[in-house]
Amino acid sequence: MGNKSNDKILGIDRETFRNFMGKYGVSVVMVIMIIAIALYKPVFLKPANIINVITQISINAMLAFGMCLCITIGGIDLTVGAQIALVSVISAKCIVEFGMPIILGAIIGIAVATVFGALNGFLIARFNMFPFVVTLSMQLVIRGAAQVISGGKAITVGNDVKNIYYGKFLGVAIPIWLTIIVFVIMYIMFHWTKLGRYILAVGGNAHAAVASGIKEFNIRLICHTISGFLAGIGAIIMLAKTGSGQSNLGVGYETDAVAAAVIGGTSFAGGIATMPGVMIGIFIIGFIYNGINMIGINANWQSIIRGLVIIGTVMLDSAINGKSRK
Amino acid sequence: MAENYILECSGISKAFGGTQALKDVELHVRAGEVLALLGENGAGKSTLMKAVIGLHQPDSGTMTFEGKPYSAHSPVDAMKAGIAMIHQELNPEPYLTIAESIFLNREDTNGLILNKKKTNQRAQEILDRFDFPYPATTPMSRLSLAQMQMIEIIRAVSCDARLIIMDEPTSSLDSEETEHLFATIRDLKSKGVAIIYISHRMEEIFEICDSVAVFRDGTYVGSRSMDGVTREELITMMVGRTVSNVFPKVEVPIGDVVFKAENLCGDGFENISFEVHAGEMLGLTGLVGSGRSETMRAIFGLDKLKSGRMWLNGEEIRIKNPTDAIDKGICMVNEDRKNYGLCLFRSIRENISLPNLRKKQKGLLLNQKKEKEDCTSMAKLLTVKAGSIEHNAYSLSGGNQQKVVLAKWAMADPKLLILDEPTRGVDVGAKSEIHTLMCEFARQGKAIILISSELPEVMGMSDRLLIYHEGRLAGEVSRAEILKGEATQETILAKEFGQ
Repeated sequence: MGNKSNDKILGIDRETFRNFMGKYGVSVVMVIMIIAIALYKPVFLKPANIINVITQISINAMLAFGMCLCITIGGIDLTVGAQIALVSVISAKCIVEFGMPIILGAIIGIAVATVFGALNGFLIARFNMFPFVVTLSMQLVIRGAAQVISGGKAITVGNDVKNIYYGKFLGVAIPIWLTIIVFVIMYIMFHWTKLGRYILAVGGNAHAAVASGIKEFNIRLICHTISGFLAGIGAIIMLAKTGSGQSNLGVGYETDAVAAAVIGGTSFAGGIATMPGVMIGIFIIGFIYNGINMIGINANWQSIIRGLVIIGTVMLDSAINGKSRK
Repeated sequence: MAENYILECSGISKAFGGTQALKDVELHVRAGEVLALLGENGAGKSTLMKAVIGLHQPDSGTMTFEGKPYSAHSPVDAMKAGIAMIHQELNPEPYLTIAESIFLNREDTNGLILNKKKTNQRAQEILDRFDFPYPATTPMSRLSLAQMQMIEIIRAVSCDARLIIMDEPTSSLDSEETEHLFATIRDLKSKGVAIIYISHRMEEIFEICDSVAVFRDGTYVGSRSMDGVTREELITMMVGRTVSNVFPKVEVPIGDVVFKAENLCGDGFENISFEVHAGEMLGLTGLVGSGRSETMRAIFGLDKLKSGRMWLNGEEIRIKNPTDAIDKGICMVNEDRKNYGLCLFRSIRENISLPNLRKKQKGLLLNQKKEKEDCTSMAKLLTVKAGSIEHNAYSLSGGNQQKVVLAKWAMADPKLLILDEPTRGVDVGAKSEIHTLMCEFARQGKAIILISSELPEVMGMSDRLLIYHEGRLAGEVSRAEILKGEATQETILAKEFGQ
């Protein structure tokens, strides 16, 4: 405590500097990254490649926005990878085996994911259980359900479904549209509505939020429900991309979602996050994948490099922001 | 150097930020005596004891223990030297056994492997000496609070402590357990162990202690032998000062009843009934743990109310949670600012508007421009000193943080405003500003309940004063009585102590 605001960094008032870096610190990292990869492989900057990257990140984007909410309230949602498997199986089955229209199959799948998300939130908020434990266990249940429903077999869907991923609307790939729409909605919800403010308050200090008249239970329930819903959308994109519903889809996807959220400045201590930050985190993860391929690094090394880059980014960020992230 | 003092402290000072918690304090403890530490809340007793066992480092001053210069950087150091403290709040490890608990950190081992048998044996020997009714292999979670406390004492003795500090040891014991504790204290005394006994209970001090050291406002007032000293004398020593007119109290016309409570019961309080009028400042005083804050937390919906009825502006109300309370027009500044007052890592603006968004912002989207204007003018009105309302609450001083809390409730425009220790940890200047604000709230016709451990503050600010003693109302005093001198700090404090 005390007069921290008197300190100066680079001749700027510390608080102002901190606010600035809190907002734009990761963008600097992203720009450096783009320049570095582009210097090595100029092809990287070709519009075709950039569009390719943005299309690919759409699945992780859906998961990361939801993950960001769950981390902001001091929790986590480890079920998102398994949700992809379950939704892909259910929707594929509805469309292929029961002959439902694509839109209906997708809605049913997304609804199931939303219910599971709400269930996570209910267990966490009602019984005061640790989000890590709840979602870790629920992830087994969800993937197990996917295995039971699919009988362990892949359910192949037709080109009409695949069009959701490979098709275009007004010249722009549908996954890009979905990413933009979800980002805009999440941005408005998080930064321009009371709900967003309450989420940040519950995450920042649940006691103080409750003492300010906010219903902690509702907020926790809503965050996990949104996370489930978005995972459902991500799953439909995934189904369209792979062309089949399988119980082993989306394994480990929660890792990239957590990484994108954290790189984007979401604090694990809770109560600190911005949606543009998470969007940049999603881009950085996408660039890591794409850059590694471009540069031609052996696939066996990719996982290690991804891990190290994530640690490096977060470390840099916390070095810059210091205590403001707790 | 005087006769056989086991612990001597002199010239001890300690400041926390701007608050001088200890000013040039001294303390002398003889071997084999029970010395009472007496003083109001915040007089500096606990701070001094924490300095002795190394939880705080004094800014200046010297200590000698058993004739040798002494200093401790942690309770472990203190324990090594022979000083142990039994805290008021015990933190036992519930899954350890009694033996493991007594010998924590000092286990018998064969190389790397624990020798449980030997530890149990040694523990049992000590337990037998104290006639402890459970075997050494019992888990701590099976013991009552009194027994856990006894284990703490046994642990201290087993570490060869020659000075044991007990902070409010009887606060959660019944009379039989208290007797048992006193028997143990007498036994320790006969073995030459010195004991520093902190308590608010006057009778106990007269029963068990040999001498008493009195503290007031972070200073050492003096010591007396318990032989021949009277209660009145001790209370006068604790109070010492007179209520000066340093409080910017403005008397405003008092209106109708705003809030009425009847027979409120809950955890830590029983049968509390009172009324507060518009424009009235109702002070609540009592020792920490006497039930004042507990009652207010229950009214605000933070804790459960077991029974009782409440009326606001003549209409009966039920409050299940703070949301209800705020919607009905009851707001509360919590004594625990860090945990219940602010989201420290969010901006001043967000903190001020947090409880007010529901009422002030009707549309789906926040009107951020309006929010900013509202918060800026409110922060200005309450003289919050900050570079910008976008800065984190964390970056503010204690006084300014408290003003942010007041700003958020001022914006909610409550009918009843509960202020629990509104000036705790606030420097003198901000304190007086907060007092002025309170008077302004009263002038606006809000009913105000003020809780403070500082007797002069509640006496100086309140129109009426309710005195709590062990969860019940023990008396009421009017401002007129205070001004006429019919009610003094002495008489009020005596009631707080249940006299």
